[in-house]
Amino acid sequence: MNRKDESWLFEISSKRKLIDLNFKEIWRYRDLLVLFVKRDIVTVYKQTVLGPLWFFIQPLFTSVIFTLIFNKVAGIDTGAIPALLFNLSGITAWNYFKVCLNGTASTFKTNKGIFGKVYFPRFIVPLSKVISNLVKLGIQLLIVAGFYVYYYYTLPDMVVPDWHLLLVPVYIIIMAIYGLGLGMIISTMTTKYRDVSILLGFAMQLLMYLSAVPYPIKALKTKVPEFAWVVDYNPLAHIIEGFRFALFETDDLQFNWVIFGGIVGLGAVLFLIGLVLFNRTEKTFIDTV
Amino acid sequence: MSDIILKAENISKQYRLGLVGLGTVRHDLNRFWHRIRGKEDPYLTIGAVNDRSGKATQDYVWALRDINFEVKQGEILGIIGKNGAGKSTLLKLLSRVTTPTTGVIKSRGRIASLLEVGTGFHPELTGRENIYLNGAILGMTRSEIDAKIDEIIDFSGCEMYIDTPTKRYSSGMTVRLGFAVAAHLEPDILVVDEVLAVGDAEFQKKAIGKMQDISSGEGRTVLFVSHNMGSIKSLCSSCMLMENGTIDFIGDTDEAVSRYLEVNRQHIGVDLSKRTDRSGSGDARIYNITYLNDKGNDITSPVSGEPLTIRFHYQADREVQKAIMGVAFFNKNGMAVTGINNDEHGYFLELKKGEGYIDLVFDRLHLYAGSYYLTSILSENDSKEQLDIVEDAAVMEVLPGDFWKAGKNNRKRNTPVIVGTFKSGSYK
Repeated sequence: MNRKDESWLFEISSKRKLIDLNFKEIWRYRDLLVLFVKRDIVTVYKQTVLGPLWFFIQPLFTSVIFTLIFNKVAGIDTGAIPALLFNLSGITAWNYFKVCLNGTASTFKTNKGIFGKVYFPRFIVPLSKVISNLVKLGIQLLIVAGFYVYYYYTLPDMVVPDWHLLLVPVYIIIMAIYGLGLGMIISTMTTKYRDVSILLGFAMQLLMYLSAVPYPIKALKTKVPEFAWVVDYNPLAHIIEGFRFALFETDDLQFNWVIFGGIVGLGAVLFLIGLVLFNRTEKTFIDTV
Repeated sequence: MSDIILKAENISKQYRLGLVGLGTVRHDLNRFWHRIRGKEDPYLTIGAVNDRSGKATQDYVWALRDINFEVKQGEILGIIGKNGAGKSTLLKLLSRVTTPTTGVIKSRGRIASLLEVGTGFHPELTGRENIYLNGAILGMTRSEIDAKIDEIIDFSGCEMYIDTPTKRYSSGMTVRLGFAVAAHLEPDILVVDEVLAVGDAEFQKKAIGKMQDISSGEGRTVLFVSHNMGSIKSLCSSCMLMENGTIDFIGDTDEAVSRYLEVNRQHIGVDLSKRTDRSGSGDARIYNITYLNDKGNDITSPVSGEPLTIRFHYQADREVQKAIMGVAFFNKNGMAVTGINNDEHGYFLELKKGEGYIDLVFDRLHLYAGSYYLTSILSENDSKEQLDIVEDAAVMEVLPGDFWKAGKNNRKRNTPVIVGTFKSGSYK
């Protein structure tokens, strides 16, 4: 019994390392990740009549309303891009970011049943949300593409994408990283103090208007230059704007590599902070949730 | 085979009492302030002993305090204790759902926990899909499940429904499917909490058999929490008795079980009139129980097969017109052996105000020798209003006697006597 060379497979204690993301373990649970993704996709629209059509309906109707209010009534100029397409692309991108963030932020709250019973790497859950929503995003991008083609053949001076289109997947990954990072930071607070999740609901609503979803940043700068800095300092606004730029490539949209680099750097920092906090919370959250 | 596979060193778990509010924000900030200065958590030094019925005097409570134990490879360790003794908290720590406040648990093997079967079942998915999902949650890989899927379906006995969504399942079927998945896990250490309480008798037998196989056949370690002393005794090679968040005893199963029942019955020596662990309105109370022989003399121990009167002495604050007296007999393992209740007999008892007695008269005592624990239940009006219930109100030591009038004392069996005679015949 007095073996000095005690080799334990793992130890459970309250001590914690700063970043304790065990990639080997996540890899071992990869099948669970796949099954979670499958479950999320398959079960969302079970027992609905329209099924996956709901993926289309929600962004399409929102875009129509946005076009009506912001472009027709308020007269925001979307430049060379048709207003409907402009709104549709922005809403699609914003929705993806939003579901990533909400899904991650509520990880502990919505899964406390399972988390309270068995151990598996908790990070699997937000990761599966990000991936399963990717499918939804893909379907929605198909409608964007559909309208794109339609306008291409009907409008004489329609914008044409160039090699910047390659940045689209990069922006999607950036949105996922921001969603995960911010979501993980928020999730640590929602477990104990529910105030945060109430706040999150309407904060996301307001944030959308500050994130250049229904307007291009340049239009804001010419209309209300004194308040434009609010949007200019919002990295999310630049992500949405950059995503659109990658799609449409027009001078009406702001894009430069300095901003791009800043966004990527900030995303990495947010993600790391989120990971540290998430690891800290996952160990004992069940006591406070 | 005497390798230590699991070791717990000084583990403690502290919980906060009461609601989350401004007070918790203050404590959190204080804790944070101590931490950035590199000091100890100021709330670790306080905390009350986990005694549920006591008054909450402090904000913190120790659900577990300084737990130390080791589990050997291939051992089935039973964990017993009253509600709130810390069993489930310990299992939660072992299954890594939460971490201990202090101390460390070291393990040489993968731990899978079965705190509740069917964890993560999605009602919209079919039985087969749920087997994969549940298996993956419990730590199996897809190929492991692929290899065992037929076995799992067979074990569950739900083959007909396997491609139907589990929301159409009966609750029993869901449990069977969940246990079937869990039983085919191959962890080094399996943690089981009371899953055997569900399912029908046939399935329980199957489940117990499976657990024995896991341990003896495959050399895996099982930690088993239960209130059922019968299954603890039949399954476990050693046993841990917990009380108020500490280990009261660890070692031989029989010893642990008898200690557990003793702990439950420590109040038996107390004068019945001074017992406070009783329920009911208390309008009438049993304050003493005595045994009388057929001559009306007090005796200490009744004899099997002899006449006996058990006298329940009561004190009533008012007159009770339609009283019902019930007596339940338990054996020392805490299992009900038999009982008698006059509401089935078609008559009621009348209790006068003041002191009096109720006699339970046996012409012949139909009990084998052994220790019987009496629970007395006094109620009124078709048992709707309970007057006085005392669990383990008295212990009755029945001595062996010549039940069959054959000049021989019968054996000690701790069960009721059934009456019958043997006859032999021949085919020639």
